[in-house]
Amino acid sequence: MIPRHLLIGVAAMFAVVLGMSVYVWRMRGRVEQVEAPVVDTRTVAPPVSGPSEQVTLYVAYDEPGVLRAQTARIALPSGRQERAQELLRALLGMYLDKSSSHQLGPGAEIRDVYLVDPGLAVIDANAAFADTHRSGVLVEELTVASLVQTLAVNIPGITRVKILVDGKQREALAGHADLTGFYDVSAVNELASQMR
Amino acid sequence: MRWSSRPYSAAGFFFLVLFGIFTFIFLSFLHLESAEEKKISIYSSAANYTLSVTERNGQDYVGLFEILEPLGTANVKTDGLHWKLRYKTVAAEFTAGESRARVQGRNLDLPASFLLDNGRGLVPLACLSTLLPRFLATPVAFHETSRRLFIGNVAVHFTAQINKTNPPTLVMNFSSPVNPMIATEPGKLRMVFRQEPLVPPGSRTLTFDSAVMPSASFEESNGAAEIAVTGSAPLLASFSNDGRTITIAPAPNQAQAPVRTSNPPSTPAASPPPAQSGSTAPVPAVERPVPYFAVVDASHGGEERGAALTDQLAEKDVTLAFARRLRQELDAKGLNTLVLRDGDVTLSLDQRASLANSVHPKIYISVHAASLGTGVRLYTALLPQGGGDRGPFLDWDTAQAGFRFASQSAEASLSAEFGNRQVPVRTLIAPLRPLNNIAAPAVAIEIAPPAGGISQLDSAAYQQLVAEAVAAGVAAARDKLGAVR
Repeated sequence: MIPRHLLIGVAAMFAVVLGMSVYVWRMRGRVEQVEAPVVDTRTVAPPVSGPSEQVTLYVAYDEPGVLRAQTARIALPSGRQERAQELLRALLGMYLDKSSSHQLGPGAEIRDVYLVDPGLAVIDANAAFADTHRSGVLVEELTVASLVQTLAVNIPGITRVKILVDGKQREALAGHADLTGFYDVSAVNELASQMR
Repeated sequence: MRWSSRPYSAAGFFFLVLFGIFTFIFLSFLHLESAEEKKISIYSSAANYTLSVTERNGQDYVGLFEILEPLGTANVKTDGLHWKLRYKTVAAEFTAGESRARVQGRNLDLPASFLLDNGRGLVPLACLSTLLPRFLATPVAFHETSRRLFIGNVAVHFTAQINKTNPPTLVMNFSSPVNPMIATEPGKLRMVFRQEPLVPPGSRTLTFDSAVMPSASFEESNGAAEIAVTGSAPLLASFSNDGRTITIAPAPNQAQAPVRTSNPPSTPAASPPPAQSGSTAPVPAVERPVPYFAVVDASHGGEERGAALTDQLAEKDVTLAFARRLRQELDAKGLNTLVLRDGDVTLSLDQRASLANSVHPKIYISVHAASLGTGVRLYTALLPQGGGDRGPFLDWDTAQAGFRFASQSAEASLSAEFGNRQVPVRTLIAPLRPLNNIAAPAVAIEIAPPAGGISQLDSAAYQQLVAEAVAAGVAAARDKLGAVR
């Protein structure tokens, strides 16, 4: 004699499985392409409040292709993640100036910086940052080293950095500097020391 | 039969039912996944493109507007169940759920109902060969089983011929430039053509009088054509003639199959292959092929132009010219060299690394050019964080790790030679793929203009000076590089 509880259990499972089958079958017809709404992707940053602090920015100089540590006083919020964002926005602000030593294209912005894991920082730049970047091994790695080194020196505990463009992984910044992997901060530190 | 008398059989029956249901669900998921991956490729003189195919009620559908839009001015208007499409001067009206449509005032019966999906007008694939000529006024050929649509006379044809050189090579000539995705597997080299309207030759299976490459086959499926070349040794493909020719040959290290030996034919250990039946002529001793010492990789190429060095000068052209010049210099020093991109074709970074690794060179040199600064910059890999090697398998992202010191040693040798020639030189690490994927000493060289300015970047004199320095540096490091394993 089959125990009653076994029969009930199997019947319940059977019902669940049957339900799932019907659900999966109906799902087949519902794969729809949803057009992404046209939205303004530009970041609207809130005004930064907080006392101004002295920070070290690693600034790229195209001629003669070096990275120099430069102190600056900028207003920084208290949150660790917000501080990281403001640091990089300040750095990019310098590069957007027409007299900059390492000019970036118009509209280049840091959308967000995420500190998602102990030691991992994810920099999300906007599309203009990469699309308008000049192409070349040196000029691209100056940008990457400047961002990573500035972040690592001012936000303690960061050991690796990932750079995204518009929230997505891109193969390279402008055809050369690899953006598919995670940058090891110690390796970038070695690069920064070579670039002094 | 009562269950109470056969309790184990009844339980077994239930488990069998459950197993069947789970299998059904699993297969449903598989089917769902494959349905999402269905593609149709469209080839025309205006553009070649690929669209997704949607499955509805057991029929394959595709968006009609998406097909026509790349070919000319098209617009649509949806009015309830009615979907009106205008392509150039041709007007058509479809009704959701109905299989009769009107094109230019004439009725047309579709093999299945027209569907509206969020404003997208979906037509069954099976009607394309009758529907599209009414819009395009040109012949349309639709390979329905493989979902490849040819609009007008756009087909790319090819021929394949074995050259009985040593090693034998299979030369494939195409009527237009091609850029397939190439994959190798034991005993086979596959070339997948998704963007090219490649059509089969007279026979879909080609046989060659070669023990190394006995046959090739042509297949079409899911919007792509594939040529698979069978080989008794690992095969390597190289492009030339601006992408119109693909030459397939055994990878140099593998090309020492029995047919290729410098030993006398009488040596049993390396005897030549049996002669053709009926032939008693002695097989002449042949020369052992020299493996490639260096692989020179001209960066960018094809659709990927690299940096715009001037209004007219693209990085891809400078790197190709320099790579060829460097090969000449290295060959002159007795260092057999392979130029990875010997034409204006697109190669992915993974393809470059795979091809370079497959020939096991003693050094890999990636060539770049830039307008920033002066002189030459040499780079070795800045390695990303990798997953670590697994036994004999190297981690792809950090395959270079074991060759770092050899790469730096080669870089130092090159740097010294530039110094000797008063060419400004700088050495750095760089996050530059595919350096990190190369399982051999690897260096990248970025050629910046001389002091005379950007106009001299592609001058023969300057490129020759740089090529001589690189070749001298490689030659000076020959012994060290030769010892690297």
